[in-house]
Amino acid sequence: METLLQQTVNGLVVGSVYALVALGYTMVYGILGLINFAHGDILMIGALVALEAIRLLQLHAPDLGLIPTLLAGLSISVVVCMILGFTIERTAYRRLRNAPRLAPLITAIGVSFLLQTIAMIIWGRNYHTFPQLVSTTPIEPIAGVFITPVQIVILVVSAVLMVALVLLVNKTRLGRAMRATAENHKVASLMGVDTNKIIAATFIIGSALAAVAGVMFSSNYGIAHYAMGFMPGLKAFTAAVLGGIGNLGGAMLGGLLLGLVESIGAGYIEDLSFGFLNSSYQDIFAFIILGIVLIFRPTGLLGERVADRA
Amino acid sequence: MKIRLVALAVLGLGASAVQAQEVIKLGVAAPLTGTQAHLGKDIENGVRLAIEEYNAKGVTLGGKKVKFDVQAEDDQADPKTATTVAQRLADSGVKGVVGHLNSGASIPASRIYNEAGLPQVSPASTNPKLTQQNFKATFRTIANDVQQGLAIGKYAATRLGKKVALIDDRTAYGQGLADEVEKAVKANGGSLTGREFTSDKATDFLAILTRIKAQNPDVIVYSGMDTQAGPMLKQIKQLGINAKFITGDGACTGEVIKLAGDAISGNTYCTQPGLPLEKMPGGKNFNERFKKRFNADVQIYAPYSYDAASAIIEAMKAANSADPAKYAGNISKVNFPGVIGTVAFDAKGDIKDGAVTVYQFKSGKWEALQ
Repeated sequence: METLLQQTVNGLVVGSVYALVALGYTMVYGILGLINFAHGDILMIGALVALEAIRLLQLHAPDLGLIPTLLAGLSISVVVCMILGFTIERTAYRRLRNAPRLAPLITAIGVSFLLQTIAMIIWGRNYHTFPQLVSTTPIEPIAGVFITPVQIVILVVSAVLMVALVLLVNKTRLGRAMRATAENHKVASLMGVDTNKIIAATFIIGSALAAVAGVMFSSNYGIAHYAMGFMPGLKAFTAAVLGGIGNLGGAMLGGLLLGLVESIGAGYIEDLSFGFLNSSYQDIFAFIILGIVLIFRPTGLLGERVADRA
Repeated sequence: MKIRLVALAVLGLGASAVQAQEVIKLGVAAPLTGTQAHLGKDIENGVRLAIEEYNAKGVTLGGKKVKFDVQAEDDQADPKTATTVAQRLADSGVKGVVGHLNSGASIPASRIYNEAGLPQVSPASTNPKLTQQNFKATFRTIANDVQQGLAIGKYAATRLGKKVALIDDRTAYGQGLADEVEKAVKANGGSLTGREFTSDKATDFLAILTRIKAQNPDVIVYSGMDTQAGPMLKQIKQLGINAKFITGDGACTGEVIKLAGDAISGNTYCTQPGLPLEKMPGGKNFNERFKKRFNADVQIYAPYSYDAASAIIEAMKAANSADPAKYAGNISKVNFPGVIGTVAFDAKGDIKDGAVTVYQFKSGKWEALQ
């Protein structure tokens, strides 16, 4: 029982990071029908910029205290990633908006390689130690479950950001404009919505979320390096598809579910399969679930059956 | 040009008439430029010291006094360059090769040496595959990963605790090493509580560690690289697991100390093939001679390359010939006290009783244990 609870907590923590990144995929897809494969690398840039900022702050303002240093580093990295997201959209994707779907997709993969290579040139190939400013020493175990302050922060921050995003999309003028643009660009622009601005805003918000996810990821594991965005990016994309790509609630549900499936899958797959399978199938397990879901619900768990938007 | 050649030939004849000496070249192949250049130079210097000492003592083969010389080639730690260099050595008529450093270079080069009938003794490559290709004259003076796996398993089961949990990263290195650990744990009266798997790109190990925690092992063996072992140590601490931790040479580095931060403790062990210099039977004396000759410290591999060159020369002496076809068969029969201990090879060409050293984390660094 203890083990099951612990695996659930492990899964929720990993899952909420996936969910936060998945939101970025799903927002862009919802509005542009584009899968932004560079999104995972924005997470990586977010973590490395925060690392650099925190190092500088620790050097020049050692009296600042742990949490203010982290918040300052986080803010800098969020701003950098917002600018980066905007720039990528402006330079790489906007010109291809009316091109066949394959062109922006390939461009996205290109941008992903570009970001990784730039990060490799700046920060090298080595793993960096990321300063863990929120404690990673577990608090008093509750019902035998070990949880660290940084994991609690991840759960809370993800939940707050997800709620904030849902409110933004559903309750504000910007959100209404985003929904309108998602429904139909041309009609939205005829109605006086500046679609270019709305699309840029979508990229900026998604990149900010990725930056936060990157900083949380690195704070949790204490490492950062140029290729760290690949796995969380891939998993978050899977989560977005699992939940129904284009659907905000779906991305969150997909992320949490994927985290749980992985964690519990890796923990119990050997017992469930009577020793036939083992934890080397951890990743495959998640994709099997994805496959099954897509067979019965091709649009994902919460995806709606809509006619092809293009 | 022609005149010069003739002149040289005359001079050469004159010289050989006076000294009656034949020059025998040994090849050395290792990275002599790039980030591993210091290790490559270490290998080259070990060979130089060996042949200079043999030359000083004087060696007679087939009734003729011979003089050894070195031809050093730079493989740049690169598999492609290694094959080019191997071909060059084979073409230039060296009688035996000490090299390479990296398994990735040694393995492709070994095929070329084998086709040229040239004996190769590696002082540094540990991948088991090198000596499993059924080549007649491929040897190494350093313990391979099979021997290392045995050492980890034995140390874990006899010194750290009977119940062992095993994690590997599913790479050729990690999986191969873990298989040997598993055998050795069982052979030494230990039991495996479970075997878990991750990848060489993973950062989250909480799921498999939670599973391991429920099985309550005395020791966790990780077979993989430092970039995973560092975060893994943190997560072990984070889950409140009290088991000891041991890894192989992939994570026996300074990097793992940096990445694990305050999660690494005296309960953390690792292994490296080979002995530390001060523990080698001939180590102290060798170090002094080496320092006097090159005015440099031994890095790691000089004792192994010194013994590798010695093994080739001892085999030549036994066959009374420097012809590879005649003496190659004798390398497998050598048995002499070298710097690293007794130098003798098993049927595959691996050093017999290859030493593996266990290190423990103590006051900020890895410290060799007895």
